[in-house]
Amino acid sequence: MFFLRSIWLGAIATGICLLVGYPLAYIISRTGARVQSVLVMLVMLPMWMNFLLRTYAWMTLLEDNGIINTALATLGLPKLHMINTSGAVVLGMVYNYIPYMILPLYSALAKMDHSVIEAAQDLGANQRRVFTKVIFPLSMPGVISGITMVFVPAVSTFIISKMLGGGSNLLIGDLIDMQFLGSAYNPNLGSAISLVLMVLILICMGIMNQFDDGETRGGGLMI
Amino acid sequence: MGETPIIELKNIAVSFDGEAVLKDFNLRIRGGEFVTLLGPSGCGKTTTLRIVGGFVHPDQGDVFFNGQKINDVPPHKREVNTIFQKYALFPHLNVYDNVAFGMRVHGKSEKEIKSTVKNMLNMVNLNGFAHRNVNRLSGGQQQRVAIARALANHPKVLLLDEPLGALDLKLRKDMQAELKKIQQQTGITFIFVTHDQEEALSMSDTVVVMDKGEIQQIGSPQDIYNEPKNAFVADFIGESNILDGVMVDDYLAEFAGQRFRCVDKGFAKNEPVDVVIRPEDIDVVAPDESPLSGVVTSVTFKGVHYEIIVDVAGFKWMIQSTDFQEEGSKIGLLLQPDDIHIMKKSEYSGMFGDYTTFSDEMDEDILASQREEAEEEDEI
Repeated sequence: MFFLRSIWLGAIATGICLLVGYPLAYIISRTGARVQSVLVMLVMLPMWMNFLLRTYAWMTLLEDNGIINTALATLGLPKLHMINTSGAVVLGMVYNYIPYMILPLYSALAKMDHSVIEAAQDLGANQRRVFTKVIFPLSMPGVISGITMVFVPAVSTFIISKMLGGGSNLLIGDLIDMQFLGSAYNPNLGSAISLVLMVLILICMGIMNQFDDGETRGGGLMI
Repeated sequence: MGETPIIELKNIAVSFDGEAVLKDFNLRIRGGEFVTLLGPSGCGKTTTLRIVGGFVHPDQGDVFFNGQKINDVPPHKREVNTIFQKYALFPHLNVYDNVAFGMRVHGKSEKEIKSTVKNMLNMVNLNGFAHRNVNRLSGGQQQRVAIARALANHPKVLLLDEPLGALDLKLRKDMQAELKKIQQQTGITFIFVTHDQEEALSMSDTVVVMDKGEIQQIGSPQDIYNEPKNAFVADFIGESNILDGVMVDDYLAEFAGQRFRCVDKGFAKNEPVDVVIRPEDIDVVAPDESPLSGVVTSVTFKGVHYEIIVDVAGFKWMIQSTDFQEEGSKIGLLLQPDDIHIMKKSEYSGMFGDYTTFSDEMDEDILASQREEAEEEDEI
């Protein structure tokens, strides 16, 4: 149960990160050099703040009597129940880990030789074809390392699920946490679960690396 | 002029960041021709090519393809293919898929693709390379894949942007011959960009010499070499001695303090002109057999010939001769009337002088700076 939920929520968060992060990384890589460095800094900016603090901020935003619901109430709209749902956990994961998706994608896209794109246009490919046949395949190493860098911490997180998911959305990380620091003190079981989690993550990474044909060509970082 | 040119550029002007790259540029290219755009770096030749390819939009002027205006046609809809300077092969595809790319995009059947790819690889001598990784090929092989990839689309016009620049001399010579052969076989119009004058002369039907965003001269390789229009063309194409002269009368020029019979006419009486004499046209004779004589200041062995610098009354001439001359010896320079080519004065006059060597100029600069230092010390 814990395992499945962890992998399911982690996968959804990773998918959203990819869908949101790819266009952003693409736009950043196509702007001028000065704007580019400002945009990259904006992506990194939240990472300068403490992780716990950021997640607390989301708690106050999402609470039943939090900022968003207060704003909705003043506009005469019905309240939304957001905190302590799996949606809130996914939101927390996306928010916290999306820079790790954008940065490797950005570095893969920025390093791409522009003449290859021109060559594709020259050979008759329209914009959609240029993207699907050339740009996306060439950014694969960035995609793979982005997915890895988001999926691994998202699966094993325990703070986000504890703070935004309440008691009903516990993940595998919470289970391990409880074995060491919580009420169910049992370091042996905790260690065993950690090991199983590690094996699971290694299997996931192994499957993902199959999509890359074994050659890292100027992509982002590989873990 | 009845025939429609395949490519026509009319009154093109382009500038990047306020700097004019092409100014009022006009060019007509006939179908089936091998045209070379030749000029130093920054002369606008690559920009011209990119305008034809559709990658640069001219600020002013029109581009025509077979008489049709194609200013707003995007690159992927033009019947023009390009061979890029660094080949720009798709690193994630193998040789076969690279060559097949254009045909797949155009929705050709796999059967047709297979036979075309085979023909193309055969034409560029890459049989059996179909399933190789392009990143593992040598420069010359990558180059040939790029040629096959561009030709597989059966373009009407092939644009080549300094495609041989990265190859070593021997390979470059082979590829020159191969490209010329392919052009003659296929009958496709080639527009070739290079800064290598020898490459331009040996491959082209027509050479367009460019500088500072303007066409300096258009003509056959022979015309460009033998009848350069101004000092820039004369200096850029081959070696040349360019002297200040005066056209005394038709068929009579005066330079280097002497009068010479020549084959040029049509200038005003006593019009100041530039005189070009190619180093290989000068005959070396005994000093008393010619009105021009001087002292040999340096001799360099170049393989085919010796390059001899002769100081004639302060002007350093270059002579290319298969006979060795002793440094310091006095020799005569004999000119035949058809060795002398007269050009009208241009903005380039005086910019390309004699063969005073770089080190001579350095010596003078050093002497001058020493003098200045000495003067400064005197003042103190």
